[in-house]
Amino acid sequence: MPKVHGVEELEAFRQSCLESREPQRPCLTVCAGSGCNAAGAQDVLTALRKAVERRGLGDTLDVKSTGCHGFCEKGPVMIVWPEGIFYNRVAPRDAAEIVASASNGRRPVERLLYLDPVSGQRVLREDEVPFYRHQQRILFGSNGRIDPKAIEDYFRVGGYAALCRVLSELTPDSVVESVNRSGLRGRGGAGFPTGVKWEALRKNPNHPKYIICNADEGDPGAFMDRSLLEGNPHSVIEGMIIGAFALGANEGYVYVRAEYPLAVEHLRVALAQAEEFGLLGDDILGSGLGFRIKLVQGAGAFVCGEETALIASLEGRVGEPHPRPPYPVEQGLWGKPTIINNVKTWASVPHIINRGADWYASIGTARSKGTMVFSLVGKINNTGLVEVPMGITLRKMIYDIGGGIPQGKALKAVQIGGPSGGCIPASLIDLPIDYEQLTEAGSMMGSGGMVVMDEDTCMVDVARYFMEFLEEESCGKCFPCREGTQRLRGILSRICQGKGTEEDLPLLEDMSWMMKETSLCGLGQTAANPVLTTLRYFRDEYLAHIREKRCPAKVCRELIVYSIEPTLCDGCHACVHVCTTDAILGEKKKLHTIDNAKCIRCGACLEVCQPKAVLVS
Amino acid sequence: MVKLRINGIEVEVERGTTVLEAARFLGIPIPTLCHDDGLLPAGACRMCVVEVFNGPHSKLLSACTLPASDGLVVQTHSARVERARRVLLELYVATCPRSKTLQDLASRYGVRQMRLEPKNETCIQCGLCVRMCEQQMMAGAIGFAGRGASRRVARPFDRTSELCRQCGACLYICPVCELRCHGANAESTLCNGCLNFSTVCLQSYNDAMCFLDPCHACELAGPFRPDVQLKLRAEKSAK
Ligand SMILES: Cc1cc2nc3c(=O)[nH]c(=O)nc-3n(C[C@H](O)[C@H](O)[C@H](O)COP(=O)(O)O)c2cc1C
Ligand code: SF4
Ligand code: SF4
Ligand code: FES
Repeated sequence: MPKVHGVEELEAFRQSCLESREPQRPCLTVCAGSGCNAAGAQDVLTALRKAVERRGLGDTLDVKSTGCHGFCEKGPVMIVWPEGIFYNRVAPRDAAEIVASASNGRRPVERLLYLDPVSGQRVLREDEVPFYRHQQRILFGSNGRIDPKAIEDYFRVGGYAALCRVLSELTPDSVVESVNRSGLRGRGGAGFPTGVKWEALRKNPNHPKYIICNADEGDPGAFMDRSLLEGNPHSVIEGMIIGAFALGANEGYVYVRAEYPLAVEHLRVALAQAEEFGLLGDDILGSGLGFRIKLVQGAGAFVCGEETALIASLEGRVGEPHPRPPYPVEQGLWGKPTIINNVKTWASVPHIINRGADWYASIGTARSKGTMVFSLVGKINNTGLVEVPMGITLRKMIYDIGGGIPQGKALKAVQIGGPSGGCIPASLIDLPIDYEQLTEAGSMMGSGGMVVMDEDTCMVDVARYFMEFLEEESCGKCFPCREGTQRLRGILSRICQGKGTEEDLPLLEDMSWMMKETSLCGLGQTAANPVLTTLRYFRDEYLAHIREKRCPAKVCRELIVYSIEPTLCDGCHACVHVCTTDAILGEKKKLHTIDNAKCIRCGACLEVCQPKAVLVS
Repeated sequence: MVKLRINGIEVEVERGTTVLEAARFLGIPIPTLCHDDGLLPAGACRMCVVEVFNGPHSKLLSACTLPASDGLVVQTHSARVERARRVLLELYVATCPRSKTLQDLASRYGVRQMRLEPKNETCIQCGLCVRMCEQQMMAGAIGFAGRGASRRVARPFDRTSELCRQCGACLYICPVCELRCHGANAESTLCNGCLNFSTVCLQSYNDAMCFLDPCHACELAGPFRPDVQLKLRAEKSAK
């Protein structure tokens, strides 16, 4: 494709893209996000393509691989356009039937439709599936439609229209003003108002200026940024170009972790396409704006997501944070003024330009605007990526979208905000989720990790688990975080082993408070959140471990005992086979017993015992 | 020049001055462990945190890295700061209980209990030795390796570095390793301590070069390590 020289030329090209494809032509879009790929999406794609070929439908039925649709639990998932029919758990052997039904308008393949566990009914269209119905997909809206490697697809859904508008109608000041008025706040964790940050950079007289997209995403279990980069990389690039225009930057960086090969590949393709089309380069769309983006891969240290550590890493130094101020907008990359924003923050910008700051500001709560993307995981029926308006209640998230807790268990807590987020108890289920409310409850928005925990979770063990992660990921530069995380983990482990004392609780609180106050960067300042919130909401559980040497959730190994209920044991011998330490005694058809000296409390016997004779106490 | 307010006192300092320097100019002492006037600030020890006000909000920031700016309002010894330093010091003495510097500071801050298990480490990773070596001695023979709990001061590839001139500056500046005399010990070997502090033992005992336990920094520093010394001695006697 030749370079596009102006805004009109681009619009004309968009028109030709639209015309080159009849809008009603059927199309099968298969999710090829990481989750669905793991479930076999590539085989489904191959089978579908073969089926289309075999029937000679190559010119009338398209098959497309797209980015993540979000409903990873049910993968591989796919959609039949133009009707929007949603199939889940698709297998290669379903291909012929799907193609037949899609090509001659026959009835959809009933058994692949989503079965609503509540109503017991099959659901036809994607937007009728409860998981999607309560969402508001702005950033992820196009993920199910476009091929991330085809810039034409992005043009067809209105891509780069915001850039055209900016270049032909707006001034840098008015773009910054729009972003400011939209109320957009950084999606990387802290929720700093993006407009305020941009204004500060604009006011800085020093040159050159740099812009950075933070795609480090080191939180375990989080894959929002990854899915956006994999599924719609051009939306991030468009946001960055608009940012370059507004902020007067000529050089941009995307810092993405090397563990995301697909995101890196799609981004690379997208950058090359954008350059080819003249959307990046010296004279973007004939506007005189010169801007280029470099892709830099990080080696996957959690702390490198922290902005000053990220900049150090970009400069080739050790990825350790340094104290702010000076902030990156004052002295960032190579000591020059720098803006650093999260992937989702950048991708929100084109939507704000296209649909207006007021539209964006109308979504959400008083001080948290727009939508937030969460990765909903843990003890929940529908795991996946969820985009919802700010202010949605936890109840709606967990029961309407998430479909509730598996096996009808009770909700115990939700941990929000990544490894250093706090645990919110089930009693706060009607809490509206926005920046302020979460902070007040002792948690934080973070980058949008949401781990649901059921009644079988031990909160002391949870606190210990997260502290272990943070201890490993602390860079070690500053003393309170390096030593503090080690000490907290040590004390928590002791409590889990039943060796804690009541004096440990004020000690935990003092150390946690001190780390929050004195640590150098956000990691250390937030590391104690899981400890502080579990102490605040689940103190009883700590006390049960300490006073009664008892783990109420029956998780902590040192505090539980396995036994076999004589009236239930039918002597099937199954437990003996799975026990790796020969702790179970007994002959076939006779009563079995567990030798507690040998038992390592792994729970293997519990799982295999049919008559449920194995007891934990 | 910029004007700021420290503990209610207005002070005018040159742009580029840190809050720590401005406070010292006023005669207000702020405790530090990783700061040295001749070295670039690191902000690693967090002892120097001060409370910085912004309207109704305030937060703790390290004074040694905080540039003085117009209108800045700072409290160096507010109740919040003092409590933070006290808990921090409790953690410090529990980590390196033998350090005199830390003991003194802790007792000045009224740390009366040690609720944590003592660890007996010999380094708080203030980084003074590393910066001293790089910025003043222009050698760059030592640096930090590893991350988190396994982060430590190290030589490149854990080998004796040719860049090390055995100047002893690292030892001189370390707030944790104390020159601990353990009496005459013929097997003990020379440590950098002797280069800087001409100890009497050098004259009195011909074999026993030094009574000092080699400190963490000079143990790393190279030829003075006991094992290296023993090897050198063995080579010498073989000749
Ligand atoms: C330990 C730590 C890890 C972080 N990781 C990320 C990350 O993976 N992605 C991200 O966008 N921001 C991360 N941040 C936040 C960044 O420091 C920074 O605030 C953010 O990139 C700014 O962009 P925003 O204003 O768009 O949120 C992290 C912060 C800390 C303290
Ligand atoms: S708070 Fe933790 S991660 Fe941040 S600089 Fe200090 S040691 Fe490193
Ligand atoms: S050896 Fe001493 S000077 Fe060097 S980092 Fe450790 S405590 Fe600081
Ligand atoms: S002296 Fe400021 S952090 Fe150490």
